[in-house]
Amino acid sequence: MSTIDTTGHARQGSEWFGFWRRCYAMVAKEFIQLRRDRVSFAMIVMIPIMQLLLFGFAINTTPHNLPTAVLLQEDSDLGRSILKALENTAYFRFVREVHDVNEFDDLLTSGKVLFGVEIPRGFERAVRRGDRPALLVAADATDPVAAGSALGSLGTIVQTALQHDLYTGDPPALPFEIRAHARYNPAASSRLNIVPGLVGTILTMTMLIFTALSVTREVERGTMESLLSMPIKPVEVMFGKIIPYVLVGFLQATLIIAIGVFLFGVPILGSLAMLAILSTLFITTNLSIGYTFSTIAQNQLQAMQMSIMFFLPSILLSGFMFPFAGMPVWAQYVGEGLPLTHYLRIVRAIMLKGATVQNLQYDTLALAALMLFAMTIAVLRFRRTLD
Amino acid sequence: MNGAAGGIAIDVKGLTKSFGGREVVHDLSMQVKRGSIYGFLGPNGSGKTTTIRMLCGLLTPDSGEGTCLGYDIRRDAERIKRQVGYMTQRFSLYQDLSVRENLEFVARLYGMSDARGSAREMIKRLGLSGREEQLAGELSGGWKQRLALGACTLPSPRLLLLDEPTAGVDPKARRDFWNEIHALAGEGLTVLVSTHYMDEAERCHEIAYIAYGYLLVHGTVDEVIAKSRLTTYTVTGDDLNGLAAGLAGKPGIDMVAPFGTSLHVSGRDVAALEASIAPWRERNGLNWQPSHPSLEDVFIELMSRSKDNFQ
Repeated sequence: MSTIDTTGHARQGSEWFGFWRRCYAMVAKEFIQLRRDRVSFAMIVMIPIMQLLLFGFAINTTPHNLPTAVLLQEDSDLGRSILKALENTAYFRFVREVHDVNEFDDLLTSGKVLFGVEIPRGFERAVRRGDRPALLVAADATDPVAAGSALGSLGTIVQTALQHDLYTGDPPALPFEIRAHARYNPAASSRLNIVPGLVGTILTMTMLIFTALSVTREVERGTMESLLSMPIKPVEVMFGKIIPYVLVGFLQATLIIAIGVFLFGVPILGSLAMLAILSTLFITTNLSIGYTFSTIAQNQLQAMQMSIMFFLPSILLSGFMFPFAGMPVWAQYVGEGLPLTHYLRIVRAIMLKGATVQNLQYDTLALAALMLFAMTIAVLRFRRTLD
Repeated sequence: MNGAAGGIAIDVKGLTKSFGGREVVHDLSMQVKRGSIYGFLGPNGSGKTTTIRMLCGLLTPDSGEGTCLGYDIRRDAERIKRQVGYMTQRFSLYQDLSVRENLEFVARLYGMSDARGSAREMIKRLGLSGREEQLAGELSGGWKQRLALGACTLPSPRLLLLDEPTAGVDPKARRDFWNEIHALAGEGLTVLVSTHYMDEAERCHEIAYIAYGYLLVHGTVDEVIAKSRLTTYTVTGDDLNGLAAGLAGKPGIDMVAPFGTSLHVSGRDVAALEASIAPWRERNGLNWQPSHPSLEDVFIELMSRSKDNFQ
């Protein structure tokens, strides 16, 4: 018995030894490979850092400094102090003072402001008379999270702020009524916000990956050598690789929007043609960026990793997942550099607000600029030789 | 350009190229006559592919200059590409495209007016009729190589650069391939072809031998053999292995190589060679015949010599 036991132990011992040795060899090998693969390394480092930073700072569902327009129909002391009180809450930041209803509406439709406060004509006098006039606060509720908390706390804020200003004593009721309009999305339905957002997000992901693999695949399969020995120019290669996917992307967008409209009842208030044109622009922009990655990456794996590194901030900083206005300023600047940010504004504005071309000039130009930027880099980066 | 320099298609001087600090091609100069078949020989990793890539503009030489079809290889790479057909060592057409689609792709890239028509004609010429819808990746080695040759001759180039075109191809397909190359050269096309096979080298009008980045010798086959100044004996008989072992390393013996049932013994220094083999000459059962060195003898000797010099 005892002899059998000892041999059993010995065998077990050497098996464990061998197991750990192979594990160690494997671990050492992986580390060496990792050290040489900079993109993987960057991913490992960047993703946790990015997530920590974003979840720690950027994500704030109680937004502040929301860009707000003021429509002043009369210039009164009471009006001024209400506005002052609103601004003091830090929820609102008055960026524009307008005197015309159309201008007021335009600002909301184009997304330049998320809130509008209207002091109606004869407001102060009506308050003095005790008529309880209405103070109109219009909110762009396409993003219910951004609008919701600000609207919700409006009443109490104004009440507290004006307590000392207007009347002493016990004010259970305000001398005027706050009439809040949650525009474009009165039921504060997240679906209305998310479906258009998903169009952009899905397109970003798929379009990037399509083209990101294109050039590296040629290099890996050896076909690049043949291609380069033939008289074709970098720009031609680029367009040749982008154009087929514009069509693919267009079909994809059509499908998503169709599902949104027919299944989720999301309206398309604006022009369908404009939605199609600007979606195509967005698709092309993403394809160009993917293609640029493809010209920089050494192999398909690296190209994939670059796409993911671009996709992650696109989701987090574009206003898809969290209200744009709630993000810190630096994150907003990053967001402005992402095509998805601009497309989300465009697609929400067209579908939910019925925006026109004039309303969306800035975002359209931004998309076009990003596209040209990516294409320029791709063409410059494309290697004409095998050096 | 036309017929300039007496009809020289490739004229380069001092081409040098390094990768990561290692010199792959060293001060290489060569001239290839228009309409000739020029063989490029040398061991693996000797710089043949790098040289060919520099000639067609796929690589930029670190130094050196020259012309290809009269165009400067540094400045006019785009023009050279239009008139040069380059067949890569590894099959580099699209495996996931059919024969026809590959040819049409090439025809369109070169801006040929009737891409479909010229692709159809080429399929006929290649004998690929009936296979035009087959995916290139599914073709056998011999057919792939025919297709690749077809693709690079399709735009009617004036110069063909073929990088080991017959590697891994059966003898029948190789023979057909060389007949095709001779036919193309007959039509006035210049062909630069790299190869490992001696029988192919002997079918070239001129050859060059390159080893470890140095071009060691060039000329016609006869010239190259003459330049080697090798004296060769063919020995037949018993115990050739013992003879080979006994001779190796002796003064004047530059190469001992078995060929079937015979042994080739060669040396450049006739006197030393004779002195070294003298004790074996009279041995029973060995038959010594003075013979001409073959191209293979010359190259094996060159290869062993260059190894000493450069490794």
